Amino acid sequence: MTGFDRLRLDGVTRRFAGADALTDLTLEIRRGEFIALLGPSGCGKSTALNCLAGLLPLSGGSIWRDDTRLDTLPPEKRGFGMVFQNYALFPHMSVQKNISFGLSMRGVPRAEARRRTTEAIRLVHLEEHARKLPGQLSGGQQQRVAIARAVVVEPSLVLMDEPLSNLDAKLRLEMRTEIRRLHQSLGLTTVYVTHDQEEALSLADRLVVLRDGRVQQIGTPEEVHTRPANRHVADFIGFRNLLPGRFSSAFFHTEGVRVKGTPVGTLEDGGPAVAAIRPEDVTLTGELDATVEVAEYQGREIAAEVRTDDGLVLHLRTDRRLAPGDKVRIGLPADRLLIFPS
Amino acid sequence: MTTVALSHRLADRGIDRQLLLLVPATVFVVALFIYPFAYGMSVSLQPAQGGTFAAYQAFFTDAYQRDTITTTLAIALPAALLNVLASVPIAYRMRGRFRGKRLLTTILVVPITLGTVLTAEGLLNFLGPAGWVNRLLTTIGLIDTPLRLTNNYTGVFLSLVITGFPFAFLLVLSYLSGIDPSLERAAATLGAGWRQRFLRITLPLLAPGLATTFCLTFVLAFSVFPSAILVGDPSGSTRVISIAAYEAAYVRYDYAGASAAAIIMGAVELLVISVVLGLRALLYTGSTAGGKG
Repeated sequence: MTGFDRLRLDGVTRRFAGADALTDLTLEIRRGEFIALLGPSGCGKSTALNCLAGLLPLSGGSIWRDDTRLDTLPPEKRGFGMVFQNYALFPHMSVQKNISFGLSMRGVPRAEARRRTTEAIRLVHLEEHARKLPGQLSGGQQQRVAIARAVVVEPSLVLMDEPLSNLDAKLRLEMRTEIRRLHQSLGLTTVYVTHDQEEALSLADRLVVLRDGRVQQIGTPEEVHTRPANRHVADFIGFRNLLPGRFSSAFFHTEGVRVKGTPVGTLEDGGPAVAAIRPEDVTLTGELDATVEVAEYQGREIAAEVRTDDGLVLHLRTDRRLAPGDKVRIGLPADRLLIFPS
Repeated sequence: MTTVALSHRLADRGIDRQLLLLVPATVFVVALFIYPFAYGMSVSLQPAQGGTFAAYQAFFTDAYQRDTITTTLAIALPAALLNVLASVPIAYRMRGRFRGKRLLTTILVVPITLGTVLTAEGLLNFLGPAGWVNRLLTTIGLIDTPLRLTNNYTGVFLSLVITGFPFAFLLVLSYLSGIDPSLERAAATLGAGWRQRFLRITLPLLAPGLATTFCLTFVLAFSVFPSAILVGDPSGSTRVISIAAYEAAYVRYDYAGASAAAIIMGAVELLVISVVLGLRALLYTGSTAGGKG
């Protein structure tokens, strides 16, 4: 199974017992691209991945690799590699056997299989553990075996289903770098499912944000980060301050506050709207008087919850050492305050 | 000096007072198993005539008694093997979730509740010389004389399959459900077809469970008694070891001989089980999960 130029998902839909888990996903993946499917649990991202892998039949739509239709093929005929959330290592096989399994299934000659297995083990730094059973390894080591097992067959596409979610915070960061490094050195086209926006932003070339089985936005990490397509994406991507209000004559109105912002989407003059701003974009210079209610120490920064004199609650981050009860004046920069239709 | 609670001091010595709750169960086992066993053993060693081992000598020198061992093994081993082997594909197909699984499982398991006598009666009605099968085959002219399917080896064998299969099936199904389904999915994405997935992933993980299942169904089949008489040929091809023990006890009133037969029966069972478990120990017997989470 060799590479491809384009992998196309065309209106992919999957229903479970009448309910739509994934609706009309259309996406074109270029060779070498790293795509992250991002969304809260139940958004359909894992469904999409399983449909791609062939582990779930589609209820509608089709999947194409260049001019070959894929969605009618069983998983073993698609030539993809997959990393499972629980790793799914074969518990009765050594690390070495786990990794060489795909090669032997594909009929790779023994000598070549041995060479490639050894190389894959070296790539994920498991030389001393090659003969151990998965049960004797730590979580991070198991994860590396799972990745090596998926990439050793040089699949045309690697699918990863929340591969870091079972690791502790420190290991998660390490493995994230490892995955990015592997992607850069091997150039493998990857589809990565996660609910962690930071993971998605740092790993992917392009993000697909899903909610309730529908695509909300497709874009580069920067596009999604700075210009979320709607308030749901904004909410998910770290715009912790979501203020319901009204949009009229180019201003956003709420709780006695009248501010300028950047409208996104079609806003009705005088209609209901939601303003969104990240805590780190709220400034401590401005014209809104507020009192600090909660201050959380976070090392370099303080994360604070403040209440304006008009009763508006906002989250902000600052390197100033704020304490509860402090009086502050805050500002909401117009270019960072996004206004969405409600 | 501070006083440490008694339970803590006992715990330091590895004594947990809650273990006392096991006493009734232990008494039960001693009273209902160990005592009768020891009693039977001592009776078998005190024959009416001859030395200590006279009852055993008599059993092994009399071909009519001795051959009951091979007769029983010849019925119980294939029956247990067939029960396990037949359970595997059926349980394998039924391991996932699907509509009607509960109904299908119930139908497959119902024979367990019938009891041997009812099964024997059904077998005689169905497969006997004047049973449905023979009548049908004679009517459509396939055979002239009725097939002998009961009151011989076949009858007992079928009876053991009917009562033993549900048992084996339930055990195999639960062993199969314990195998992480993502393992097979992982194997599929790595290019393994269903045959390879079964042979390389599922079967090796299932094998220890199959060995245990075999042992249990074998023990059930080995102690066959009612069906050996009702649908078998109790003086010939299905003269199993329990019949030998029964005759010794209640026909010849030779309690030592009967006890000896019972002890020999247990010893043969233990031998078969230790061979199977010995082979099982060579297999991978660890976790059947694919990782954490």
